[in-house]
Amino acid sequence: MASQHGSIGKNWPSAGALLALAVLALIALPALVALGWSSPGMGSTSASLLWRAASFTLLQAVLSTLISVVLGVLLARALSRRQFFGRGFLLRLFALPQGLPALVAVLALVSLYGRAGFISRFWPELPSIYGLNGILLAHVFFNLPYAALLTLIALQQVPREQWRLAQMLGMSERAIFRVIEWPVLQNALPGIAGLIFMLCVTSFTIVLTLGGGPAATTLELAIYQALRFDYDPRLALALAMGQIGLCVLLLSFLAKFRPPFAETARLSLGPERASLSKSGNPVPDMIMIVLSALFILLPILSVILSGLTADFSRLLTERILWRAIATSGGIAFTAALIAVLIAYPLALAAIRLESKGAVKQARIFEAPVELTLLLPPVLLGAGWFLILMPSASSVGYAPVLIVLINAIMALPFVYRSLAGSLRRLVAHEDPLCESLGISGWSRFSLIDWPILKPAFRAAFTFAFLLSFGDFGVIAFFGSDSIVTLPFLIYQRLGSYRTDDAAGIALVLAVFSILMTQAFSAFGRKEHAHD
Amino acid sequence: MLRLASLLTLFFAAIVPAYAAPVLTVYTYESFTADWGPGPAVKKAFEAKCGCEVRFVSLADGVAILNRLKMEGKNSEADIVLGLDTNLTAEARNTNLFAPHGADISTVTVPNGWSDPNFLPFDFAHFAVIYDSEKIKNPPKSLDELVNGNPAEKIVIQDPRTSTPGLGLLLWMRSVYGDKAPDAWKKLSKRILTVTPGWSEAYGLFTKGEAPMVFSYTTSPAYHMIEEKTDRYQAAAFSEGHYLQIEVAGIMASSKQPALAKDFLKFMISTEFQDIIPTTNWMMPAAKTSAPLPEAFGKLVNPSKSFLFTPEEVASKRKVWTEEWQASMAQ
Repeated sequence: MASQHGSIGKNWPSAGALLALAVLALIALPALVALGWSSPGMGSTSASLLWRAASFTLLQAVLSTLISVVLGVLLARALSRRQFFGRGFLLRLFALPQGLPALVAVLALVSLYGRAGFISRFWPELPSIYGLNGILLAHVFFNLPYAALLTLIALQQVPREQWRLAQMLGMSERAIFRVIEWPVLQNALPGIAGLIFMLCVTSFTIVLTLGGGPAATTLELAIYQALRFDYDPRLALALAMGQIGLCVLLLSFLAKFRPPFAETARLSLGPERASLSKSGNPVPDMIMIVLSALFILLPILSVILSGLTADFSRLLTERILWRAIATSGGIAFTAALIAVLIAYPLALAAIRLESKGAVKQARIFEAPVELTLLLPPVLLGAGWFLILMPSASSVGYAPVLIVLINAIMALPFVYRSLAGSLRRLVAHEDPLCESLGISGWSRFSLIDWPILKPAFRAAFTFAFLLSFGDFGVIAFFGSDSIVTLPFLIYQRLGSYRTDDAAGIALVLAVFSILMTQAFSAFGRKEHAHD
Repeated sequence: MLRLASLLTLFFAAIVPAYAAPVLTVYTYESFTADWGPGPAVKKAFEAKCGCEVRFVSLADGVAILNRLKMEGKNSEADIVLGLDTNLTAEARNTNLFAPHGADISTVTVPNGWSDPNFLPFDFAHFAVIYDSEKIKNPPKSLDELVNGNPAEKIVIQDPRTSTPGLGLLLWMRSVYGDKAPDAWKKLSKRILTVTPGWSEAYGLFTKGEAPMVFSYTTSPAYHMIEEKTDRYQAAAFSEGHYLQIEVAGIMASSKQPALAKDFLKFMISTEFQDIIPTTNWMMPAAKTSAPLPEAFGKLVNPSKSFLFTPEEVASKRKVWTEEWQASMAQ
């Protein structure tokens, strides 16, 4: 810190980060300005209803986050301690729930835990899924695997030597948690919890369908209502800003728990823990893993099983289905790529600044990424529509906007997936590279890429699946040239064709599973040599 | 040079219409243009006689169509807007974007008659409670029986803040109970399993067997009888009468093809168009069809009384009634 004066030039973020920030601003800000500029609508909303909506939003989001994170940590610890057959396969499937369209996931959960559900049949005392219970259940289904995966990645940053030392010292599980795991978790958890919290705040279909009635009303619904039924873009924007304000308050509270950037000893890393710490009873860990795996995989299995009744001999010959697969795949691939390209320089800049103690400057690059999640995609869509409407035909720019908005929505996931590995990179490789004078492309290809590859893979997979299952803005632009898989599912459901919808949901799930396996196969060979 | 340019312009102006047929742009909702919906057949039939090309732009639903028009204003590419319902026409009229339809409405056959100068109906249906006859042996015979019935027999309804049928039930309760509607909602809330954002979620829960009743249309059983060959799902006939939904179309004042647009609306209430509607849109035709409807339609509930607030009443009261609903349901 003493040399702050001398290294001020290095506090400047890279051109890439500034460019990424500019791109992000260019996607989001004009849309918001356009909404604010639009003529005032007739919409109004009563303070008491808003208050009720805000408090319910907070209640369900805080509870959903707490449960997801606590269970996620327990699951990640269990997974980090045990090796078993199919572990890698299971971990790759953890990316799936986030990629399912909300309605598909809701119907799958209902077919298990609902009144006529599979599990309720054997366990009639199961509390009703409609109400807060159901909202929490669905949010934990979406977020537990994600929390566990990110926590596991964080735990794998613990150097091998520390586990070896703990083994030699015969440390108890409690001591290991306190001395080794907690410092790592303390770094990762505020970010993970913040992301999950925002996802739960903006959740819409789940809260409404499983909520049981208007007692379960959220701010997201108020925004949607203002934009749709009252057609009042300004009110919608104001409500969205209120929602962001609420989340900023909570996130800055969480940020207090984040310890200052700590340099860890440069030691070898790796997922060697399982082979080292033979201590402890494996039974509780395996119970945790099996129960969680069932909880996460049963709904996906249910999507597949209920899809089997569809008439595939007809469905698979429909050209529109193949077109939808290609469109969804193309949109998801491009959006994921853009998301990675924007998130990487931003995350790198933020973490470098943080490592130099410039925490406030770091937030400039981190906060916009997180907050984009709170902007409802329909709001961005509406804003852009207002801007582009007088000049172009409605169909021409729709694909571009859909890709960009999907990319923005995936940013926070990509950021979180990269952050852990970037921390290590900045702490360990930056000083080394500086002293060796390696920089630019040669540094990226020789040093950074091999270290970051697993993180890039995870980030890309998440972003891809998220866009692949996204319904969001497509319906808004209403062009018949863009038909995606989620669009097709909603369209068939909307005209009594439940079997078709289930069949297409199966196709979507199978493709998502194939994608998770395909992306993680990419470059895995080197990893195995580790 | 200038003269050459203007000559060229004249030349192209003269030959282009001979090669490119005029395009009639129709904004509608997405289940209308789906492969199995009325869209493809309507397009084919009208193109055969108009020497034009029909282009559909499909949006999520009537509300989305109206919002799109409000955003686009006079710059809209739409010539025809097809798929608003009577709950939206007052708001739509207030945008001043619509021209008179100018069609002969004497052939329109919707319950309670028709007189709107801007909008012309193309189909209609009554809202109804659909029940699973394998689970409910004694379906409610009136809205009052639904409200006061066994709370263990659940119904799934839609949210009036986000969905058209949801708004339909709100207006139906108003029509029957008037100012006492909030109390009736309080009673009914005990029978409500959940309130979904749209029709699809509710119907999906119903067909998954989560609840024995769902809020939908009198025409829903026709789909199950004709396409799935089952009598299992039936509509409950309510003695007070049923609330009506009429779907309409209108011509944009900014249309560059006003004559073509008028022809389309005329075509819309002709037998050729109306024949397509029942088994593709699963709604009742709004004018004569060339042949009697399929047998299944004869088995549907045919309400003796139809409730319908005027579009102006809906526009002015919707907000208040929705907030009342929210307050009485949230307790």
